[in-house]
Amino acid sequence: MKSKVNRELPDDLMNKLDYKPFETTEIGHPEIQRVAPKVHVSTGDDKIVDSIKQVVADTVKDGMTISFHHHFRNGDFVFNQVMRVIIDAGIKNLTLAPSSLTGVMNDMVIEAIKAGTITNITSSGMRGSLGDFVSHGGLKNPVIFRSHGNRARAIEHGDIKIDVAFLGVPSADRLGNANGMEGNAVFGSLGYALMDAQYADQVVLLTDNIVDYPNTPASIKQTQVDYVVKVDKVGDPDKIGSGATRFTKDPKELKIASMVNDVITHSPYFKDGFSFQTGSGGAALAVTRYLRQSMIDNQIKASFALGGITKPTTDLLNEGLVKKVMDVQDFDKGAADSMHTNGNQQEIDASWYADPDNKGAMVDQLDVVILSALEIDTKFNVNVMTGSDGVIRGAIGGHQDAATGKLTIISAPLVRGRIATVVPDVTTVVTPGDSVDVLVTEFGIAINPKRTDLIAALSNIPGLPVYKIEDLQKMAEKRVGTPKPLEYTDRTVAMIEYRDGTVIDTVKEVKD
Amino acid sequence: MEIKKTAIAGTLESSDIQLMISQADSGITIDLQSDVKKVFGDQIEAVITTTLNNMGVTAAKVKAVDKGALDCVIKARTIAAVQRAAETTDKPAWEVL
Repeated sequence: MKSKVNRELPDDLMNKLDYKPFETTEIGHPEIQRVAPKVHVSTGDDKIVDSIKQVVADTVKDGMTISFHHHFRNGDFVFNQVMRVIIDAGIKNLTLAPSSLTGVMNDMVIEAIKAGTITNITSSGMRGSLGDFVSHGGLKNPVIFRSHGNRARAIEHGDIKIDVAFLGVPSADRLGNANGMEGNAVFGSLGYALMDAQYADQVVLLTDNIVDYPNTPASIKQTQVDYVVKVDKVGDPDKIGSGATRFTKDPKELKIASMVNDVITHSPYFKDGFSFQTGSGGAALAVTRYLRQSMIDNQIKASFALGGITKPTTDLLNEGLVKKVMDVQDFDKGAADSMHTNGNQQEIDASWYADPDNKGAMVDQLDVVILSALEIDTKFNVNVMTGSDGVIRGAIGGHQDAATGKLTIISAPLVRGRIATVVPDVTTVVTPGDSVDVLVTEFGIAINPKRTDLIAALSNIPGLPVYKIEDLQKMAEKRVGTPKPLEYTDRTVAMIEYRDGTVIDTVKEVKD
Repeated sequence: MEIKKTAIAGTLESSDIQLMISQADSGITIDLQSDVKKVFGDQIEAVITTTLNNMGVTAAKVKAVDKGALDCVIKARTIAAVQRAAETTDKPAWEVL
């Protein structure tokens, strides 16, 4: 069978895993039955446990689904400590269901797969040695990749049933009231972990900082927590974020950023009260600075900024140019600190942020969104998952979710080194072209032909050449040459879900 | 053109290629390292071989470390490495350019 973006899907796996192929970006108005977790009743006075070993012995059994969050990013000390104990306990056949996997976890995941401890994985993404391992067939069952909004949906539906959630926090009290803002290894919003705290049958908090009861503000509440484990260190604060986010000096990125700003300011959405989401890449940060000046010049204020938050965005909040920041995660220390001090920066969970099966998610209200791409094809389909060698090296993140915004801009250079970004067909379709509106490269922009309104609004702007996306693709190919097609085996190593839980594409094992 | 000594051209910067050419008894052998080898490996080796042939080099060992160079860069670095290896840099072979 095929998904609507014309990708062949393996019938056997689709049937075995009870999947439907991707049809449409429209969610409609279905009625959804959500699930509820088990509750192990307690007065709360017996939650403190001395060791990870003891809590693992009490909670984790063969065949269970366990979860973690990735808010500590590459400064995470929790995942490896817990997995070490689980592997050594000889537990088998676990499903690993973290919000995402960061580089610091790679070696431990590979060891756990080889030991038979982990036999299934669902994640937002994976990179480095783990992506390489999976792409070369290291895991028998296909990895299920889900966006942040789709993970929330899958948890609420019971598609992901978390037995035990291991959640690291920089501060908690003895009953489990916890936040990500106080302590040593602070990361700000606990957005992704809030799903696990709410829906896992058993919730284990790990912290290096047990504070007086009751701990406020409480992002995770005592009503959700079964165990609190004291560990030496939950994370390395220097590796959580990039510290002070530096402003790019790369002329190519600056040119792209300035053109993205031109697209935004000449669109019908740039008016008082508009909303936006930017990513954390160099060009995206630069856009925020250009946008700031345009907002001041035109006396326009934004109603909210959404998503992964960086300091340039919280600076706009402090200047009054943005009224609210809706914060599911913080990419740097400035943004994390700001959540602690500024009442207009609201912590939101992944469901509120982006879950399609909701009574309204924040992304549904989004006007302008700027996203990146490893590849984009002439159908405007975007790949953020596999590299030019076909190997897994990315993450869906909130890409599919945010792309439902009213003006979705993909900012990307035409070529990177010898690799074309604009291609005839992307290696892996993650975000369907139907939800993408404008591509901005350093040479010019291309507008999705379905958006005749944007073609009219953006076609006669000085310094903003408009091309057909096919022409941009040919320009790229003329520069770098025609690559030899990648070779794969017949084996599927990963399924890419669309945000509604259908399958949009798969990743095959690479041949080499 | 005869390779007289081992010579290097190019850097390991992004979008460049570093070529080391040394003597060989006969034939051209290319040892290529590249992140894009899967999709552009054949093309890179073809550009190096053609450039060597055009310069009349029939015996050489080439070690190439590619960082995503375009064909024009590969050709230029190959010419520079050959002229250094053949000790002809004082008489650039303009006709092959």
